[in-house]
Formats: sequence, structure tokens, C-alpha cells
Amino acid sequence: MEYIIISTGFALALLGLWGILSQKNLIKIILGFTIFNTGINIVMVSIGYVRGKAAPILDVIKPSEAADKIVDPLPQALVLTAIVIGLGVTALMLVYALNLHREKNSLDINSFKDLKW
Amino acid sequence: MIKKILIIGLLAGVGLIFFDLFNAYQGSEVLGKTGRYYAENGADEVGAANLVTAVIVTYRGLDTLGEVTILFLTAAIISFVLKFRREDFIPNRPVRITSELLDSASQVIVPVIFMVGIYIFINGHLTPGGGFQGGAVIASGVLLMIMANPNFGISHKVIAKVESISGIAFVLIGIMGIFLAGGFLDNRLLGLGNLGELFSAGVIPIIYTFIGLKVGAELSNILGTISHAQNEKN
Repeated sequence: MEYIIISTGFALALLGLWGILSQKNLIKIILGFTIFNTGINIVMVSIGYVRGKAAPILDVIKPSEAADKIVDPLPQALVLTAIVIGLGVTALMLVYALNLHREKNSLDINSFKDLKW
Repeated sequence: MIKKILIIGLLAGVGLIFFDLFNAYQGSEVLGKTGRYYAENGADEVGAANLVTAVIVTYRGLDTLGEVTILFLTAAIISFVLKFRREDFIPNRPVRITSELLDSASQVIVPVIFMVGIYIFINGHLTPGGGFQGGAVIASGVLLMIMANPNFGISHKVIAKVESISGIAFVLIGIMGIFLAGGFLDNRLLGLGNLGELFSAGVIPIIYTFIGLKVGAELSNILGTISHAQNEKN
């Protein structure tokens, strides 16, 4: 099971990278970034998975036997941080795209040649 | 053509790295050392039923403080980038009439969405959820309001007050922990209570309420700024 999840994460990350590199539309490039982000998050969560164990919430599980019954809570906490940061980065990129569209009335990456060398 | 070859080469390289990582990965049967520590001592030391919350708010509370700061910075930079000249501003831009369905649905659903968001961040130490998730749910309610009425103005004064008060309260609770408990952001400021009850886990529910309000205000601010920016003349 965990092999399926981790390979899905890697596949999504590759797909996102392909989108970033090959797409011409700024919005599609930003979508590529978010797909990349999602893939890496899935990989991180699956690293914390322990075979056959439950989520790290002690409602039915007693605290004394928690160590043998739950998955690792640490990667999940780190992924929560990563999701929030990813949201901030995505919002910033979208706002920059909005501003670029105001300048040139176009979202095509090829129409922005000011920094090209 | 050469671009395509380069892209395929790069993807193949990254794919090779990922394949190597995948090959080296073995599913684990037991918890790692850090995870074992949290599982064995989390309930006694922090008292939160949701161990992920215990890690986020108490063990790694400083991380969360940084995270909230990053969200605040994002909102501030977005307001700065989308600043427009006042003479270009149209106060009531003509918009397509909102459909009856969206208009009445938003009035019925928005209070429920807010309530669900508040429930999620108050119960963050018991159930899956917490301040960030609850804040995002509240912001989705604000998004629905903006969609139903694009000229709906979010009061920046209210947002700024909610945001700064909850940010200051978060830091103050952390500093009080230094003097009254074990250290910065120590949650044993209040009694730990019984595991699994609403009033347990010390100050975690209070901190998560402030985080939820702050995140909700920040995300609503971002949405409001982006919607507002469309009122500019082209």
C-alpha cells in the first residue's frame, strides 16, 4: 500500500515539473508548481506511515499502548506547515501573474522578454 | 526542438533520482525514535488527544509562530504589489447580476461555513483539524460572499484588528509560558485536564483559536485584495 502511495507522490511531482518546464501559460505554470508541491507532500506523509497502524489520535487508542498503534505524527505536522507555506507561495505567484497581465495584457510566458538574454 | 530535448533530459534525471529514492524506501513496521517519543510522552506532557496538534502547537510551537508570520508577510506583500492609484479606482464596477441560486445559497450557507470553521479550530486538539484548517474554511465562506457580490467590501479595519490582536495574544501566551511554566509556548500554563475533553491540553485550544482567527483574517484579506484589484480601470 505504502509503495503505491509513494510512487503516486513521485509521479505527481514529475508531472508538476513537466508542467512547469513545458507550459507557456503563466497560470498553467503555477498549477504545475502546486502539483509538484502536492506530490512531495504525499511522499513526505507516506514516509511516516507504519504498516497497519492508525492515525495519531488518542481517542480509542489508550496512551499507554499508543507507541505500538499509531503512525508517526512528525511528518504529518511538517506537511501541514509545508501546505500552508505552499498556499502562501501560490497566492504570491498568482498575484504576480495578475500584475504581469496588467502590464502586457497577456499570460503567455514568451511575451515577457525583458529579462531574457 | 532543443528545448524539448533539454526538458526530457531534465525530467529523466529527476525521474532517476526519484526512482533511486523509491528503491531505497522500505515500509516501516515500527515507529522511528522521534515518533516513539511523541507517542509515549505526548499524552502525559501535553495532554492533547491529537498528537499532530501536540507536535505543531507545543513541541514545535516556534515553527508555527514562523508559519503564521510567513502567512502575514504574504498578505502584506500581496497588498503592496496590488496597490493601485486612487484615481484609477471605480467604487462600484459593473458586474454581471449574480444568479438567484448563488445569492440565496450564500446567505444560507455562509453562517454554517463560519460555524464549521470555528468548530474545527476549537476542537483542534481532539479531532483532525486545527487553526490553519479552520481558518481556511472561514476564508472559503468569505470567498463565497465575494462571489455572490463582487462589490462586497471587506472592512480592512476589522481584519487588521482581528489579525493584530490574535497575533499579539499568541506571542503573549508564549512569553507567559516562560515565566509561569516550563518555557516559551509551554502549554501547561493552565491545567492539562482529562485527555479527550474539550477543556484539556492546557492553552492549546486558546492558541489554536487565535491561530484560526488570524489565518482566517489573513486569507480573507488576500481574497479581498485580489477581488478589489479588479475594480481598477484598464
